[in-house]
Amino acid sequence: MELRFELNGRDVAVECEPQQTLSEVLRNRLNLTGAKISCEVQVCGACTVLVDGLPVSSCTYLAYEAQGRTVTTIEGLEDRDRTLHPIQQCFIDEFAFQCGFCTPGMILSVKALLDDNPDPTDDEIIHHMDGNLCRCTGYVSILKAIRKAAAVMKEGRE
Amino acid sequence: MSDDKSRDFEVVNRSVPRRDGRAKVSGRALYVSDVKLAGMAYAKVLRSPYAHATIVSMDTSRAEAHPGVYNVLRGDDLEGLNPYFGHAVKDHPLVAIDKVRYAGEPVAAVIAEDELTAYEALELIHVEYEELPAVMEPQESLAADAPLLHQRQFEAGALRGFEGEVTAGRGTNLCQEHHIKWGDVDEAFANAAAVAEGEYYFPMAYAYAMEPYVAIAEVGDDGVTIYSSAQHPFMVRHDLKTIFDMPVSQIRLIVPFVGGGYGSKSYTKIEPLASACAWKARRPVKLQLSVEEAMLTTRGDDALTWMRTAVDADGKIIARQAKIYMNTGAYAENSPLVCEKSSNRCVGPYAIPNVQIDNHMVYTNTVPASSFRGFGCAQVTMAGESQIDELAAKIGMDPYEFRLHNAARPKQEFFPGMRPFDGTLTEDLKIVAENIGWKEPLPSGHGRSIGCSASDAGAYPLTSTAVRVHADGSASLMIGSTELGQGSHTVLPQIAAEELGIPFDLVRVVSSDTAITPYDRSTGASRTTTLMGRAVQEASQEAKEQMVRMAADVLGVEESEIESVRGGITCGEARLNWSEVLTRYYKLPDGEVIGRAYIRKDKDFAQLPVFWEAASTGIEVSVDEETGKVTMEKLGTCGDVGLAINPALAEGQDIGAATTGMGIGMFEELEFDRNQLLNGNLLEYRLPRFSDMPRTVKLELVQNRDGVGPYGAKGGGEASLNSLPANIANAVYAATGARIRRAPLTPEKVWRAIRETRAARGENES
Repeated sequence: MELRFELNGRDVAVECEPQQTLSEVLRNRLNLTGAKISCEVQVCGACTVLVDGLPVSSCTYLAYEAQGRTVTTIEGLEDRDRTLHPIQQCFIDEFAFQCGFCTPGMILSVKALLDDNPDPTDDEIIHHMDGNLCRCTGYVSILKAIRKAAAVMKEGRE
Repeated sequence: MSDDKSRDFEVVNRSVPRRDGRAKVSGRALYVSDVKLAGMAYAKVLRSPYAHATIVSMDTSRAEAHPGVYNVLRGDDLEGLNPYFGHAVKDHPLVAIDKVRYAGEPVAAVIAEDELTAYEALELIHVEYEELPAVMEPQESLAADAPLLHQRQFEAGALRGFEGEVTAGRGTNLCQEHHIKWGDVDEAFANAAAVAEGEYYFPMAYAYAMEPYVAIAEVGDDGVTIYSSAQHPFMVRHDLKTIFDMPVSQIRLIVPFVGGGYGSKSYTKIEPLASACAWKARRPVKLQLSVEEAMLTTRGDDALTWMRTAVDADGKIIARQAKIYMNTGAYAENSPLVCEKSSNRCVGPYAIPNVQIDNHMVYTNTVPASSFRGFGCAQVTMAGESQIDELAAKIGMDPYEFRLHNAARPKQEFFPGMRPFDGTLTEDLKIVAENIGWKEPLPSGHGRSIGCSASDAGAYPLTSTAVRVHADGSASLMIGSTELGQGSHTVLPQIAAEELGIPFDLVRVVSSDTAITPYDRSTGASRTTTLMGRAVQEASQEAKEQMVRMAADVLGVEESEIESVRGGITCGEARLNWSEVLTRYYKLPDGEVIGRAYIRKDKDFAQLPVFWEAASTGIEVSVDEETGKVTMEKLGTCGDVGLAINPALAEGQDIGAATTGMGIGMFEELEFDRNQLLNGNLLEYRLPRFSDMPRTVKLELVQNRDGVGPYGAKGGGEASLNSLPANIANAVYAATGARIRRAPLTPEKVWRAIRETRAARGENES
């Protein structure tokens, strides 16, 4: 079947099988390998991408469900002039990753949160992020990065 | 090498941002799972449903005939290869030969044009097994009538990492034993003022490197090339050299970024199978495991430890004795070394005059066990640090004061024959006690604990490197250590920039390609900052010495007239930076100088361990007595790191380790239902999440520059795990009066223990 959707701001059309997952299409057909595959059962969050702004587990989300929708992957977060998104920059500033395997999914989950709730409390952050696992950092530096990104993005709007 | 301790640092001891930051936040960081080669095929693995069985017959003809399938690899068709590997004990076939020894062991692999086709063809393979009795626990496995896992006798591998022989393959299921003895424990226990005694269990745990094992292999006229997620590519090279009977120059391991290791990617895992598939199929083959398959590949060694510890009337520890049964599963992997290390790590961080440790590492029909962060220390510290609290309670002493009273002192040779203690535990303990408010009043249902550990760390010192200084004044480091996330790609260029006197941004790391980067034995045991850091420091200094000679040459003066300064040289009025020295020497603005260093077991590194990895950890928990749920409210860590080359990275190691320790202490455990792994997936294997983290976290580092690494650095990143499971048991005891000696302290276990404790006290259920 032919699959058409908007990917990181431009229209794409690819052939895909009905049983293929969005991550398979992104990683194998479109060579966007930022979304990582780990648990394959929607527990870890490493494969998170945004569909119409909402986080989904691309390891189990069927590709055809993205038909006509807007998909954002980690590769789509930088500006055209390669300036990092504030969430990306804050993750660097706060040492919010080590091996980096969870990071693309983690950052996209944060984006979905802050786009919806620009000024979250710690409880709201923790509740929202509980489906993204990280084995390296112990989460504390990620929490700091999220708080800082919220402040930076708020400042950017004012 | 003497260091001027008063020197001001320009680049090291600063939290410079991670070198791999931009790549990792933008999705551009390359992991092996992202790599594709031209003409690449894909392999999938058929695994044994039985824990112990003879393979009677195997029919792969239908799978081989399936459209899109290139080949099927099977254990009876490996002629031309030496199919057994293992750096300590060569007991591990790359695919099952004649029999299977655990449920989940690879019995065949299908190589096909895509992954789906390979999966489909697995179902077309028919294997007939004859089931054998299985042994799942060490003591059961050592019984006289227990079925034998390995029939062959083994020789110890040259790279096993310890002196002495291996026990494996001598007609029993004992894989390795290790014994330590000094003083006279029997006499000491007979004369003790108080004794604590008990049996403690540390569970089978899964490291969960988020990136499952993956390898891409190619076997061609110029040898074997493998892209792998291995932590120790040079050790893997050694195993493959034997499998293919090729010189090491023909075996090339390339390791890009690794998605977490924590010891689970130490040594050889799936590289032999992937390369045998490539050899069979005569094309590049990618073998990507799932997390569920990773859980069937390696786990941490579980341990049952009987221990007793004695004090005299002054509260001084006078004796410790332990009998340990550890479970390596079906294959030895690195467990013989875990056996030795866990024995050694029963002693510290205390100075104990009478010690006897008897340790048994046993084969069972479970998933093979090997290195996992903490490496033997976590297993026995569950026993040791629990027992310290139990003993303190017996003699009515505050457990924190009791530790201060007994902890090994700086420069004390608390383990005969080993390097004198190079840390300051009493300082570490005081910092943590302060940070978790040790003396402050506690709410009802809350409990606190403090703990510490010291591990003989650093593994075996054999490391080399080359530092290339280019004619424009920039530099490239040729680094055999792998970047697992610990930050070596940031710390090592900090050291080179400091020594060469050039900006951090001008130093690039080229890493982990055995055909290009000089030899480094391993990336584990917290050794990279200490050993590779020291190699980078010495190689940078050697490059400078060469450039001083070049400067003397171009200026037409004696070397003694040249003074080396930050970023270049001076000679009288003349001042040249490195770029000017090289450009004038080569008479072209191009070319380079190569500084080298070889670290071996000599001089500063003659005495093992390379360093003692020490830390203190403290926690406060609350316990819901109705549900048994434990919540960690506060965490304090203090890493005794000598000097933090990058403090933010060093603290990141401590909290990461503590979080895994919390997981093992509270909910992580691989469980078997008779012969099958019951919770071999992430739905049922519970890992620490955002909501598990304590709201108050205080991380500190003690930096006394007392290590043998660069500028007095030592390693970190494991010690904060080691004491955490005992921390949790001790804090739950402080909160509830229930003593639990088996990790993890799940809600069910805590709930039952609280009820049993109440019943024992004669209290009614409320």
